[in-house]
Amino acid sequence: MSRNLRILLNGIISENPTFVLTLGMCPTLGTTGSALTGMSMGLATTGVLICSNVVISLIKNFVPSKVRIPAYIVVIATFVTVLQFLMAAYVPALNALLGIFIPLIVVNCIVLGRAEAFASRNGVFPSLLDGLGMGLGFTIALTLLGAMRELLGSGKIFGLEIYPEAYGSLIFVLAPGAFIALGLLIALFTKIRSPKAC
Amino acid sequence: MVLSLGIITIAAAAILGGVYAATKGPIEEAAQAKQVEAVKAVTPDFNNDPVAEMTTVVPEGEERALKVFPARQDGRLVGTAVESYSMNGFSGEITLIYGFDTEGTLTGFEVMAHQETPGLGAKMDEWFKPAEGVAGAEGRTVIGRNPASTNFTVSKDGGDIDAITAATITSRAFLDALARASRANQAFVQNETGAIPAAAVTGATPKAAQAAPSEAAADSTVMAETEDNTLVVAEP
Repeated sequence: MSRNLRILLNGIISENPTFVLTLGMCPTLGTTGSALTGMSMGLATTGVLICSNVVISLIKNFVPSKVRIPAYIVVIATFVTVLQFLMAAYVPALNALLGIFIPLIVVNCIVLGRAEAFASRNGVFPSLLDGLGMGLGFTIALTLLGAMRELLGSGKIFGLEIYPEAYGSLIFVLAPGAFIALGLLIALFTKIRSPKAC
Repeated sequence: MVLSLGIITIAAAAILGGVYAATKGPIEEAAQAKQVEAVKAVTPDFNNDPVAEMTTVVPEGEERALKVFPARQDGRLVGTAVESYSMNGFSGEITLIYGFDTEGTLTGFEVMAHQETPGLGAKMDEWFKPAEGVAGAEGRTVIGRNPASTNFTVSKDGGDIDAITAATITSRAFLDALARASRANQAFVQNETGAIPAAAVTGATPKAAQAAPSEAAADSTVMAETEDNTLVVAEP
């Protein structure tokens, strides 16, 4: 039990994909214009991570190591495409909002990274937990970043007005603000995780 | 090696084929629902099926056809919704649906697809709509205005519409799409009623309403050209 919990928390805290590993920066910077889009992107990635981790863990003994990368990519791309079909059918507005970033989950290094580093060496259940933990870590990071940018940029969090939009600074909604906000959050996360480090 | 990769790809293809077939219907429904919603939002009340009666109109001097959705109340034309586009956006094509009443006055619009900057150009879906209690909102509203009495160009280019702050290019693209939709609408109404409806092109100004239909048509042509020229000058 404690081992399973450790695998789960590993992705959320000690190896948080955004704040510690700094992987998957493209969607991190691109989809965090608001808390809602950040969270949706995080959850979409979580879904793909869990499914791909489980399937790759199942087929790990069947795939020769020479062709493992193409095999993993096929598995990941399949899940991403399925996800995109489902989103286009049932949540078209969200699909339009995230746009190109949904198909780009295929090349998200977190997904392939966890397949290679964890799922191909561990059993099905630990792989599922690893996918869940990493996905949640990614979701939390993207939601925080999105909320921070939305608050500073337009005075809202999840569309709820905190202060009038006129007082917001537009830079946080645009790309440079993504870098600034991400830098500040990484510094804060590092400080909390190991107070002696800085 | 070949065998395992082959099996994986075949399995993946089978799964994708299944999901594609299962979601094809809902995806089409969702796209159609969005279109119906947009048409409803921009036109006066109607009781026909504008999507089923959709026709295409090629605006004069252009190649690409625009979709025109006629809205009818008991068989009588009460307005149209025109799906228009502009290639002059800040980042790529913008697609919008504009609604007109039978006199050519803009009754509403909905942004269908765009890639404009969030917080700047992306504000067009609210900026050009009437907002109560917002200072300067009258100067930027396009709804309720008629192309005959309003110069649909940004005030920076000598027109009557205030551009979105820090997003003049998007504003010009928005008005470019509007001009295109307006021309398609005019052509459609003309075709529908068999004659140029004086009111459709001259608008509400009493002086213009008295003008002969032929003069009115000439007026509107000049109008469209002015809009075009301004836009060409504006986007070098």
